Amino acid sequence: MTRFFAPRTWLAILAVAAVLLVVLPVLHLAVPQGHPLHVSSFWITLIGKFMCYAVVALAMDLIWGYTGILSLGQGVFFALGGYAFGMYLMRQIGHDGVYQSDLPDFMVFLDWKAFPWYWAGTDSFVVALVKIVAVPGLLAFIFGFFAFRSRIKGVYFSIITQAMTFAAMLAFFRNDMGFGGNNGFTDFKRVLGIPITAPGTRTTIYILSGVYLLLALVMCRYIVTSKLGRVLTAIRDQESRLMFLGYRTLSYKLFVWTLAAVMSGIAGALYVPQVGIINPSEMSPANSIEIAIWAAVGGRGTLFGPILGAFAVNGAKSWFTVAFPQFWLYFLGLLFVLVTLFLPRGLMGLFEMLRRRPAVKEQAPEAVEPSVEPQVAAPAPLPATEPVHTQSPSIPPGIAMEGKT
Amino acid sequence: MNAPAMRAGPAAPGYGHVVDPDRVDTSHGPILYLEGVTVSFDGFKALNALSLTIERGELRCIIGPNGAGKTTMMDVITGKTRPDAGTAFFGQTFDLTRLPETEIARLGIGRKFQKPTVFENHTVFENLELAMKTDKQVRATLFARLSSEQRALIARTLKTIRLEGAEHQLAGSLSHGQKQWLEIGMLLVQEPELILLDEPVAGMTDAETERTAELILELEGAHSLVVVEHDMDFVGKIARKVTVLHEGSVLAEGGMADVQENERVIEVYLGR
Repeated sequence: MTRFFAPRTWLAILAVAAVLLVVLPVLHLAVPQGHPLHVSSFWITLIGKFMCYAVVALAMDLIWGYTGILSLGQGVFFALGGYAFGMYLMRQIGHDGVYQSDLPDFMVFLDWKAFPWYWAGTDSFVVALVKIVAVPGLLAFIFGFFAFRSRIKGVYFSIITQAMTFAAMLAFFRNDMGFGGNNGFTDFKRVLGIPITAPGTRTTIYILSGVYLLLALVMCRYIVTSKLGRVLTAIRDQESRLMFLGYRTLSYKLFVWTLAAVMSGIAGALYVPQVGIINPSEMSPANSIEIAIWAAVGGRGTLFGPILGAFAVNGAKSWFTVAFPQFWLYFLGLLFVLVTLFLPRGLMGLFEMLRRRPAVKEQAPEAVEPSVEPQVAAPAPLPATEPVHTQSPSIPPGIAMEGKT
Repeated sequence: MNAPAMRAGPAAPGYGHVVDPDRVDTSHGPILYLEGVTVSFDGFKALNALSLTIERGELRCIIGPNGAGKTTMMDVITGKTRPDAGTAFFGQTFDLTRLPETEIARLGIGRKFQKPTVFENHTVFENLELAMKTDKQVRATLFARLSSEQRALIARTLKTIRLEGAEHQLAGSLSHGQKQWLEIGMLLVQEPELILLDEPVAGMTDAETERTAELILELEGAHSLVVVEHDMDFVGKIARKVTVLHEGSVLAEGGMADVQENERVIEVYLGR
């Protein structure tokens, strides 16, 4: 019923993907340093990071924008995926640590003699891959099962997700948890035996992140245009009505919640080798709130919006934290307030408005006779992700715009 | 009155036959059977030993003053409220006092609430698609494609509910009457055996009321219908057999004319 992507949209996606995944890596690897066209490793790392964030924003859009479940604990799944892969990266250090021991430096420092039991198998890449999916997925499934079964909704759900990420952060801060305490994991040397800071390795992980973002976008688009997507938006709008139609909404919410957690976990695993560190601050409640802000700034329920939001907000953050480090949080708070008040549909809504406004302005002086006016207003502003049906002129403009919080 | 459509097994009444656990069995009698149903809320008896039977294919109107227990009766039938005493059976095999709400809906009891609650941000077509009787598990829904029979069912339903041509409109943009029809359509695509309509013409214009009456008469025979309504003109148009409720039990039952002449009915209800 709903088209997957319009041909023009596909073209735009592939063009952006080609620039990010082919042009930039070539300019990074093939063009010598000092050449004006050389892309420095700073940019490759930065954009690679942003692409991981963008997947988390997509996951946020699935659960919040489409299903109406505001999770303020998405950072915990991101961090767990990062930790799961970080354990493997720690094992790859081998004897090259400061203490030249079998054990990671922080364990030597704690005077531990052997790996704790839950570090078993961490030297295997395959086990690490399984854990990246399984650990965030299992936590989300168990947490979600109990929360949704008790019909915890709305702000109460948001608060317990905050509590969850805060509790996880406090736990990971403890040295005797065996995850490096407040320093977390860092000083990675290799991945699969290859030096991790080599330009080739960096570029490979960067490209993997980009391909992952593209796949995540296509998967999310498939989901939201399927019947399941319509069930999700129906859960957001009228959950009890849907239950009365015979849908077990618990399974649907659990599915999308767990999927979002797994998506975030994989993004975290790709993030860690690029930034070279994972520590409990990734689980701070503020981090998870920031994820929600990416989605809100970009535009909930649009898929493209949250990706854009992740890039825009983090771009601003990169600049702000250098230029005015002490004002970043104020700016972020202000941004959120302004977006909520004036741009309920985020940047995507703004673009939609700007695209139509010039036409309205040109016509406005001539619109003396009322007959011109309806023609201008005729294309109803349907959200970009909803099926746009041209044969429905009687839809009052704006009816589809109501965002649900 | 139309002959009820017998969709149960081929066995003649009186002989043993295998009961399909997923299908309502009415080979020996009514589709809905309530006996001695009592529901009390904090000592107030919303239903007081209510007994009622609905035959397959029957169109039954239920009237009664406010607080007579009409909505509570619907709640008991759909499993929303559990009775304190009494029995409620759907066919011969399904005990409505024990089954969960979603299971009752799945077995074929569809209910339209007083206030229309359609999915306003979905189109008319999508509303019907969501309501359709089909596998509602997550995986089946993710990969669901409408079959040609399902499309035909939606097309037929759109025609029945007079929303042909409006299928791509958002449900939120429909008029109140159209939303009520869409609700009825959402019931029909579930292919229910028994349809409960709670005040189907509340808030409708005269023209809409007229069309709703036609619509309900079209459904008679193919489905068993229970209509709860205040609007006596409307009931007069569609009534076959009327049940009058008062203080949680049946006050009178019969044709519209009989009921209107019944002195006790005039006293408690029509006389006011």
